Amino acid sequence: MSVTELEFQASVVEAAPEQAIEGRSQWQLTWRRLRHDKMAVASIVVILIMTVLALLAPVFAAVLHHGEYQAFTGAGLSSAGIPVGPGTHGFPLGTDYVGRDLLVRILYGARISLFVGISTTLMATVAGVGMGLVAGYFGGHVDTVLARFADVVLAFPILVLALALAAIYGPSLLIVLGVITFFSWAGIFRIVRGQTLSVKEKEYIEAARSLGAGPWRIMFIDILPNLLGPVLVLATLYIPTAVVFEATLSFLGIGIPAPTPSWGVILSEAQNYYQVAWWYVVFPALALLITTLAFNLLGDGIRDAMDPRTERLFAARGNRRQRRTRKARPAGPDALPPLTVSELGE
Amino acid sequence: MALTRFLIRRILTGIVVLWVVATATFFLFFFRPVDSVARQLAGRAASPQVINEVIRRLGLDQPILVQYWHFLGNIVHGNLGYSYYNGEPVKTIIAQDLPITASVVVGAMVLWLVVGLLVGILSATRARSTFDRVSTVGVLAGLSMPTFVLGELLIIAVFVPLNQHGFSWIQTGYAPLSEGLIPWMGHMILPWITLAAVQAAVYTRLSRGSLIDTLGEDYIRTARSKGMSERRVVYRHGLRAALTPVVSQLGIDIGVLLGGVLVVEQVFGLSGLGQDSVQAIDTGNLPVILGFVLVASLFVVVANIIVDAAYALLDPRVRIS
Repeated sequence: MSVTELEFQASVVEAAPEQAIEGRSQWQLTWRRLRHDKMAVASIVVILIMTVLALLAPVFAAVLHHGEYQAFTGAGLSSAGIPVGPGTHGFPLGTDYVGRDLLVRILYGARISLFVGISTTLMATVAGVGMGLVAGYFGGHVDTVLARFADVVLAFPILVLALALAAIYGPSLLIVLGVITFFSWAGIFRIVRGQTLSVKEKEYIEAARSLGAGPWRIMFIDILPNLLGPVLVLATLYIPTAVVFEATLSFLGIGIPAPTPSWGVILSEAQNYYQVAWWYVVFPALALLITTLAFNLLGDGIRDAMDPRTERLFAARGNRRQRRTRKARPAGPDALPPLTVSELGE
Repeated sequence: MALTRFLIRRILTGIVVLWVVATATFFLFFFRPVDSVARQLAGRAASPQVINEVIRRLGLDQPILVQYWHFLGNIVHGNLGYSYYNGEPVKTIIAQDLPITASVVVGAMVLWLVVGLLVGILSATRARSTFDRVSTVGVLAGLSMPTFVLGELLIIAVFVPLNQHGFSWIQTGYAPLSEGLIPWMGHMILPWITLAAVQAAVYTRLSRGSLIDTLGEDYIRTARSKGMSERRVVYRHGLRAALTPVVSQLGIDIGVLLGGVLVVEQVFGLSGLGQDSVQAIDTGNLPVILGFVLVASLFVVVANIIVDAAYALLDPRVRIS
């Protein structure tokens, strides 16, 4: 998913007018809507399961007596030296090319994927929000420099830089984290900067300033809460992008160095065995796909839940299950538009 | 007149961009220690004298600015330099690789534009129908699928079983067009699908959203109330305006595409620009890397000029300037 696509989706949310109904905060409303979205709930469950499995990786390794790096050249390989299939000799998902337990390696791989996905997104979000607020609030030269910098970052062929760094310094986790973070903050920066530019002209900001609030207080206490919605959506959608990015880098041999069990590393090793060991490719691929799909679905769900117009769509459809949320809205003449912009990002 | 001025200005900017990219790449790679290249060339057991001789012959002993000046001078004369390893002109390597990479890129682009726009238009005109729901799920799956995983899965699920059953049209590797259209397509079809899938999902989503948005505009209502046929309203009035964000996305994606080519060539064993540049980076073959980066940037610059011109043709509100 490209950065513009993400911004596009986030801009749909940011365009949504603020709605406050009977003292229920926007976050409470969002949560209520999210709870009724079956796909979003399912994706939260999948993400939680994946996280628990990743955390329990050492437990699985201990119970199976199969370490993540432990090669079982006897039981783990057939007499022809080919990996054994799922279920044979106590390997639930089979083995890899040197006879290591594929399940244990996939579970350890989940730790790396989730860690890279979440930590780079967090760093990129903090950097993007911070710089976006500063650029949007102070304007002038600061803004020009930061905005140009972001443009350059967005236009740069990312993979080429990753290749170059890996060639110079050798592949490592640190380079992966650095490259992904470096290319992720710019999208968040643009959204935050644009929003700050418009919010800072509002009367309540002027009021805060006339009461003696300093620029940092205004930025982080008065402006920031307005931007959390689009930032949250964008960040959720960045996690799967980062997970895929790490896997791709590792697959090309410029990400996490083997033998560390990253999903990209496993899939890269499996490349030469697809004719004889389907499980070697299919299971890590499935793990990757399920994880990214869950985060994408959750991001879409949060975006829809944050958009007050989603309710109207449900109402227009006469969906009975949505009636409870529909009650919250007064039935005005504009309550039933045929189609709205919130359809855009579906 | 306006078009000529636009073209001249864009070409001049393009040259500046190419210069910046070439310079940045040159200096980025120059931080690699020079003797690592020489050591690989001369062999592990080479004496320091031999290594110094190799460094001298490649011109790597000269000050960096002299080397840089030499490099720029050569480019102006149409010489992209020679591979460190076998002395082959970089131009020859590019000429060999370009048809392969172009086959992958152009075919995939046609595929994803056709699929993306078609599905997007059909979903937009039948919003919330079963077709729309199915396509929405498909879009999400496409967006979540890493390119290399799709490539691997296609090899396992399509290439291997088909070839085991004697159906050998679909192949990996490359067959030049001169061997005929059918074999060429057989080699290209899996790379095309792999590269196009993610992008088709992006374009479906984009064109669907854009068209739904456009069809809500007042002038569409006017067109309908004039009694114009629905088909004409959608395709003549709606689509034209709805295509503008799609076209500008295309300009951005051309850069992204280069990364995708790298992965696809790796998975399907195509020795095009992508695979050879990975190899060149691995071995520190600076002239080859620089040549490839320049060709890639040239491609991006030219494509963006075309996209911007197309943008102005599609949307009368945009003026070429």
